[in-house]
Amino acid sequence: MKLILVKRHQSNLKKNKLKFSVKVTLKKDVLDPQGKVIQQTLLNMGMNSLETLRQGKYFEIDINENDEIKANNKIEEMCNKLLVNLIIEDFKISKA
Amino acid sequence: MNSSVIVFPGSNCDRDVAVALEKLQFKNKMIWHKDSSLPKSDLIVIPGGFSYGDYLRSGAIAGKSNILNEVIKAANDGCLILGICNGFQILTETGLLRGVLLRNKNLKFIGKDVNVKTIDIENKFCNKYKKNQVLKLNIAHNEGNYFTDKEHLKELEDKNLIPFKYCDEKGNINEENNPNGSLNNIAGIFNDKKNILGIMPHPERMVDQNISNNDGINLFTSLLN
Repeated sequence: MKLILVKRHQSNLKKNKLKFSVKVTLKKDVLDPQGKVIQQTLLNMGMNSLETLRQGKYFEIDINENDEIKANNKIEEMCNKLLVNLIIEDFKISKA
Repeated sequence: MNSSVIVFPGSNCDRDVAVALEKLQFKNKMIWHKDSSLPKSDLIVIPGGFSYGDYLRSGAIAGKSNILNEVIKAANDGCLILGICNGFQILTETGLLRGVLLRNKNLKFIGKDVNVKTIDIENKFCNKYKKNQVLKLNIAHNEGNYFTDKEHLKELEDKNLIPFKYCDEKGNINEENNPNGSLNNIAGIFNDKKNILGIMPHPERMVDQNISNNDGINLFTSLLN
């Protein structure tokens, strides 16, 4: 029964699916030690033109919604409430 | 005194805290994170560990769990809240404490005994300590590098909301004795009302002379005062 419900839910989702992506990066003033180590390693490998490198996170989100503005607002809410720590991180939402 | 220890999947210091509390005659209950009500508690402890495997950010997922809504309500009603290590991270993720715990400056997990100085003792958690006492406590974390904005940092210092700072054996506070890069060597902070304490070191690991030392015991006995 549960499986049928899940399948029905999934097929409903397919009808109104909008795809978004969210990029989360550390704010400029926040130290990014992982990025620094990666940068240094690339420099050691001879990638001399490399100037700066910062590491971030990337989310792919499918959302059950027709209205792009509404969907965008929902994604923003997700970012503000969980995906992003606004003290140290910035985010950018894009329509995929 | 009634205490509750919240248990998440991945908590691993919950039973150590319970042992410490029970040793000091607290009436303790373990509370599973999916529970939606808390027993009447004078103290709620959010223990150390790796709740939800530190997915997303340490403490982020636990910060949205069922029971945390109840913890937030209790905190706002003045209940004493102690967050240790991952518990501190969870408290910052819920917003009960301001700021954030970043990855350690040297990118390494640090597990060792460090010296910690008592900076403020005029509060419910530290009144059994002497001011400027140097304690030996254990730290074990990957994200203990406390960071906040300049205004808040000034507020923490001005309002005596920093009870513990990392120091050397003699109590000198400087960058050399800062294990993780934490701002102003901060090892723990209070909220404005001083009923919520978040600390990175583990006082519950220092409550038995036969195993380690007794330096953590006063944090719990202070609460009984």
